[in-house]
Amino acid sequence: MNTIDFISKILWPPLWEGLGVTLRLIVLAIPLGYIGGVLIASGRVYGNKLISSFCAIYTLFFRGTPLLVQLFILYFALPSINIYLSPFVAAVTGFILCSAAYHSEYIRGALQSIKIGQMMAAEAIGMTKLQAVLSIILPQALRRSIPGCSNEIIYLVKYSSLAYMVAVIELTGAGKIIAARYFEYTLVFSVVGAIYLFMVSVVTLALHNLEKKLAIPGIGR
Amino acid sequence: MSKITEGAKVVLRVENICKCFNTNEILRGISFEIKKGETKVVIGPSGSGKSTLLRCINQLTVPDKGSIWLEGEEVTHHMKDISRFRQKMGMVFQDFNLFDHLNALQNVTIGLIKVKKMDKKEAEAKAMEELKRVGLEKQACLYPAQLSGGQKQRVSIARALAMDPTVILFDEPTSALDPELIGEVLEVIKDLAEGGMTMIVVTHEMGFARSVASEIIFIEEGIVIDQGTPHKLFTNPEHERTKRFIHKIAELYGETENNQ
Repeated sequence: MNTIDFISKILWPPLWEGLGVTLRLIVLAIPLGYIGGVLIASGRVYGNKLISSFCAIYTLFFRGTPLLVQLFILYFALPSINIYLSPFVAAVTGFILCSAAYHSEYIRGALQSIKIGQMMAAEAIGMTKLQAVLSIILPQALRRSIPGCSNEIIYLVKYSSLAYMVAVIELTGAGKIIAARYFEYTLVFSVVGAIYLFMVSVVTLALHNLEKKLAIPGIGR
Repeated sequence: MSKITEGAKVVLRVENICKCFNTNEILRGISFEIKKGETKVVIGPSGSGKSTLLRCINQLTVPDKGSIWLEGEEVTHHMKDISRFRQKMGMVFQDFNLFDHLNALQNVTIGLIKVKKMDKKEAEAKAMEELKRVGLEKQACLYPAQLSGGQKQRVSIARALAMDPTVILFDEPTSALDPELIGEVLEVIKDLAEGGMTMIVVTHEMGFARSVASEIIFIEEGIVIDQGTPHKLFTNPEHERTKRFIHKIAELYGETENNQ
């Protein structure tokens, strides 16, 4: 069997299925992880002592332990307290929680870069702190957070491959099965790698366009 | 001076305001009151607590002691209700603090929409009116980064005006401006004074103080040293210190006692 046939008949069908799983993982984890990051960062910066320390500890925990360990806990350890997650749900939950921790630090930096005068001016016209954060601070900070957060989003596209370790047959997992069965590691992982490169390129372009679209004179332009 | 305020009703009363930062006493018991239509000008050396005083009035800084009364209602220690009071006390900052992500029009409408819950159309009409009042209707769609300092400050005045405040607090409104842009901002403030707006203005512009102030308050080291009509403070201050300060500032800014 020649290489073309191997790729199109044997490798592609399972990879295609795996790619579908990978896409479902990241399509859920990217936006929810980012929203989680916004919440954690806002809680850290604007919350009271209790909320702020909770957010700090959250970030410490999720940045301080390997993602793989977090996935193992979600999938293998939670059943011991009678919480059973499907492989897919365990993986996606792990990605969201971990991604939120990393996002939160980029977003915290962006929040703190907004001059204190913005908050004062908002409060001076009678806004509550919550209104000021929602309509004045976040719209500016989130724009500034895009370049940093795009780092985490791209990283997430790739660490979605860890889902394989909790039995989710996504792109890398599907590839590994074929590679082992046919002993075609070089070819299979070259193709798998190329697909990740393609996905990351698309995401990079999309984020770049988003950044341009949201730019305002003085912020990003 | 130009305005008749005799017998007008007191709209804002500041009573014995004290504020410390750590062990640093910034305000040491400041009291005064302002009647409807008056323009109070607060002068004093830098670090004398002028900005802190303004911020204590609208509770952006919560004073340690003393009370603020707006139209007979106590503002201090009513932080739950502070939004209602702040809407009635406009504030114009030294460094403008326009909302950077909003254009000039949106800077004015956002308070109307979010705080006053006005609908968007109505808010925009009102905002355009205020921008017209400060001569910036043509710049409505420009963002802060596209405006000059003087224009930014005028937008920020429009933003304060749109809330229909009872009193406006100006915190060194021209100190961050290039000299040639100061005039356009002072002109707007002068118009407001003549239109009967009640205002407290912290400034180093002595010429301006002289021509628009109903009363000048000289503050140093957190207390009121001298207080009176511009005429009194410029020609016959009670304290030697006031005289020296006024002379020094006048010299710095190239204004003599006689120009008006």
